[in-house]
Amino acid sequence: MENNQGIKETLNKKFKDKILSAKESLNDIIIQVKKEDIFEILKFLKDKPQGYSMLLDLTCVDYRGKRPRFEMVYHVFSLSKNHRLRIKCGVMESDLEIQSVSKMWKNANWLEREVYDMFGIQFIGHPDLRRLFMYDGFEGHPLRKDYPLRKRQPKIRLRK
Amino acid sequence: MTHRIQKEAKKESLLINMGPSHPAMHGTIRIMLELDGEKVRNAELEVGYLHRGFEKTCENKTYFSLLPYTDRLNYVSPLINNVGYVMTIEKLMDIKVPDRAQYIRVIMSELSRISDHLTALAAMTMECGAFTVFLYYIKAREEIWNVIEKTTGARMTTSYIRIGGVRTDLHPDFKTDVKKAMKVTREVLKDVKGLLDKNKIWIDRTRDVAVVSPEMAVNYGFTGPCLRASGVKYDVRKAHPYLVYDQMDFIVPLGEKGDNYDRYMVRMKEMEQSLRIVEQCIEKMKESPPEVKGEIEPAEAIKMSRTKKPDQKIKLSPNLKGSEKDKYPGILTDSEGVKVPPKEDTYTNMEGLIKHFKFFMKGHGIRPPKGEVYFSVEGGSGELGYYIVSDGTDRPYRLHLRGPCFHIVSALEEMIKGHYIADVIPTFGSTNMIGGELDR
Amino acid sequence: MGKIRPIKKYSYYQKTAHGGFIATKLNYAIGWGRKFSIFHYPFITACCGMEYMSAACAHWDFDRFGVGMTTFSPRQSDLLFVVGTITHKEAPVLKTVYDQMVEPNWVIACGACAVSGGIYDNYAVVQGIDRIIPVDVYIPGCPPRPETILNALLKLQDKIQKQKQDLRWKIIKE
Repeated sequence: MENNQGIKETLNKKFKDKILSAKESLNDIIIQVKKEDIFEILKFLKDKPQGYSMLLDLTCVDYRGKRPRFEMVYHVFSLSKNHRLRIKCGVMESDLEIQSVSKMWKNANWLEREVYDMFGIQFIGHPDLRRLFMYDGFEGHPLRKDYPLRKRQPKIRLRK
Repeated sequence: MTHRIQKEAKKESLLINMGPSHPAMHGTIRIMLELDGEKVRNAELEVGYLHRGFEKTCENKTYFSLLPYTDRLNYVSPLINNVGYVMTIEKLMDIKVPDRAQYIRVIMSELSRISDHLTALAAMTMECGAFTVFLYYIKAREEIWNVIEKTTGARMTTSYIRIGGVRTDLHPDFKTDVKKAMKVTREVLKDVKGLLDKNKIWIDRTRDVAVVSPEMAVNYGFTGPCLRASGVKYDVRKAHPYLVYDQMDFIVPLGEKGDNYDRYMVRMKEMEQSLRIVEQCIEKMKESPPEVKGEIEPAEAIKMSRTKKPDQKIKLSPNLKGSEKDKYPGILTDSEGVKVPPKEDTYTNMEGLIKHFKFFMKGHGIRPPKGEVYFSVEGGSGELGYYIVSDGTDRPYRLHLRGPCFHIVSALEEMIKGHYIADVIPTFGSTNMIGGELDR
Repeated sequence: MGKIRPIKKYSYYQKTAHGGFIATKLNYAIGWGRKFSIFHYPFITACCGMEYMSAACAHWDFDRFGVGMTTFSPRQSDLLFVVGTITHKEAPVLKTVYDQMVEPNWVIACGACAVSGGIYDNYAVVQGIDRIIPVDVYIPGCPPRPETILNALLKLQDKIQKQKQDLRWKIIKE
């Protein structure tokens, strides 16, 4: 099962002050970093010998009222060691940009488009950043906490 | 608005649009192709035509009332989505599930998985022209849905799996019904094997088309039958066993090349393995406690309870069959505050009434501790994962679904480049795209 | 070799079979013809499509009611079968398909999401397709059982027979 307990020590040794915290809760290892270092740390994890070769998921959470407001969450998985890891970094509302990882993992292309569509975070270096789920002409970013649930923007004129 | 493909297209090529409403039986997706004669030079996909706002809706509902929304995600294997969601909450709150409920969950998951593969292959083969296979597979699916309906009450969107266990016990004739459904499924699988496995037309259409190498599959985040068809051995049931899968004896079939034919073969073989798991579960499961007939009518029991607690067993109405109080230790957990108390208690004594009331009241009910959790199960198309952030109240703060089809369909643009336009349909069918999971 | 019994009385059928006639209204007769040969266009988006597939296959066949021919060209179809949730992104597509259909045509809204938005009341879902196109028969259910779909087809057939038929060859003096 999960047999890569030494990853916390390896990361702490290599990136001493860049790791803000590394804790373990409910059998998951969660690592908190700053957003400027996220690309470097993910690249280190992807290359051998660490071998976290699969990006399972890439998402964002909106903590309205806290600073930083948005938090990016990355789940990576290593097939050889059968181990999952969660890496988080905060994004401030005044500076909504973060480095894209679409050059390392190809499914990050669509995942980042989804995060841009739903939250409005810009990804530097993304080849084609535009909306994925919502249609052209939709104003706003639906999954933010200040977008009301029932605010509709119909695309064609409705009868009633 | 101009699409990417219009900007990149050469002047002499033909642009074709396979629009959102199209004959393929999978769902609404728009495929734009740039053709050079019949060869596909470039492709672009547009998704989002079934985006129903699942994640935002879940932030406004309590943990219990958002269970029906999870059914409608991967609507061909609805019970597996239920299991994934419920087990995530159980991991967050550390709830133990009784043994019998775990076996029932495994049986229902495997029946859903069989129905998922049947529907996927039926649609894929029908679009290639093999209409008989579609009719045979839907016949087998009807038998399985019949079995599910007798226990859960609904054919498709059941909301049967609850936090802490399941809703009701299996119906009394379950063993005979499931054996009949398995017999019909095995016959149908044997017939279709004879029709398609060595069929020259089928092999010509699907062999060496849309080959996905193992490196490409892992880079794109493939999981499930599409990853196993490329030769990479990863199954969540074997890698991170949950429920009682570590006691089951089944193999994980692998493909060789990663083309359409391998994706078809892996699904056919997985269905046989699922049938084996269901047989083993039925043997290993302990018998349910014998049914005790009720003696007094509900109205009489309520009247009696004003003065003292009724000792005799109460007859319940027929649509509550299977969830009587003496079945509860087998099907639901002992932890308090996460389950609906039995109806006999609710209507005859004060504690039961208070528990029932508190469970459904706004602001009370299921309130997990603050924190976040990620849990995944093996869905019909791959690793189905739920990421839940809880802030201590009765509604989730953020619920995110890791849908397996999303990652597989994002590779479709690269998979169909260089092939003919007639290869688009079987390739698209073999990825088993389900609109509810892709667009949420 | 037995005796051949002579036919003593003419039955109703035998009387009319020898060059008889049926008396009915033109409206009724054309409706009779139209209701038993419906070409339908299944506009399938979501979960209700699974129950449509069940209703179309051998267990609950709807081919025996005359609705069996599935066309994927709106110009050649009579019935638009809207099955599943319609979102705001999909609404222009539905309107385009409906506009391409030729009179006389009918629309069935199958499933709770097509009838009224269903369980989804949020920024993305149209609350019922009758905000976009006129609907003839509404089928409730989430998803509706195949028997409900068959019942709806029978009700539509009743409606087709009894409605004032659209006779395009009438000369209308403007």
